[in-house]
Amino acid sequence: MIDSLSVALTAVALVAAAWSVLLVALNKPLTLETWLTLGVAGLVVLLEVGLLAQAAIGVAQLVGTDRELSGPTFVGYLLGPVLVLPLAALWAVAERSRWGASVLAVGCLSVPVMVLRLTQIWAGHG
Amino acid sequence: MGEARRSGPGRLLIAVYGIFALAATARSAAQIGTRFDQAPVAYLLSAVAALVYVVATVALALGSRTSRRVAVVSCAVELAGVLGIGVLSLVAPAWFPDATVWSSFGSGYLFIPLVLPVLGLAWIRRTRGGTA
Repeated sequence: MIDSLSVALTAVALVAAAWSVLLVALNKPLTLETWLTLGVAGLVVLLEVGLLAQAAIGVAQLVGTDRELSGPTFVGYLLGPVLVLPLAALWAVAERSRWGASVLAVGCLSVPVMVLRLTQIWAGHG
Repeated sequence: MGEARRSGPGRLLIAVYGIFALAATARSAAQIGTRFDQAPVAYLLSAVAALVYVVATVALALGSRTSRRVAVVSCAVELAGVLGIGVLSLVAPAWFPDATVWSSFGSGYLFIPLVLPVLGLAWIRRTRGGTA
C-alpha cells in the first residue's frame, strides 16, 4: 500500500471527526447552510474521494502482488470505509439536532481503524 | 413514539451499533468462510455476536413497542456474552485459539463491546416515558 495515502486519509479523517465533535459541542446542527457545516462536508467529500482512490489502487496492487494475504479480507477493508462514510454522512444530515454531527464523527473515526487494519494486512500481520 | 429513541443521542448509539454490526458480520463471515476448522467455537461465537449486534441495531432503529423489547433482550444477551466470554477467555484460553469480539471483555475493540450494551439499556430505559 502507499504509506503517504494512508497517512493522509488518517489525518483528514481525524480532522473531520474532531470538527464534527466540535459541531456537537457548539450545538450546531448539520444544516449545510453555514460555513462551519459546509467545511466539514467538504472534508468528508475529500475523504471519500481519497478512499475511492485507495480502493482502486489497493485492488490493482492486490492483483499484481504475490504476497501471502487474504484477498477477500483485504478487499473488505478497502470497500468498507468507502461505503460506511457516505452512509454515516446521509444519516447524520437526516438528523435535525446537534447529534447529527456525532454520527458523522463515528463514521469518520471508523476510517483510520480500517486504514490501519489494511496496512497491517498488507504488511502480513493479518 | 419511538422517534425519541432514534433521534438525539440515540442516533449516536445506533450509529456505533451499526458499525459494530457491520464489523462483526464481515469478520465472522471471513473467519467462517476461510478457516472455520481452525477455531470453530470462537468463530461460531463471532457469528452469534454479529447476529446479536445486527438485531440490536435494527431494534434500536425501529420505534415500536415490540422492537423495544427485542432491543432490551439483545442488549442483555450482549452484556451476558461479553462478560461470560470475557471470563471464559481468561480462564480457558485454549478454547479460543483465535479472538472473538467478546474475548477479554472486548479489549481488542477498546472495550466498546462492554460499554455498548450498558449504554443501550440505559438509553432504552431513559426513553421509556410514555412511548412504549
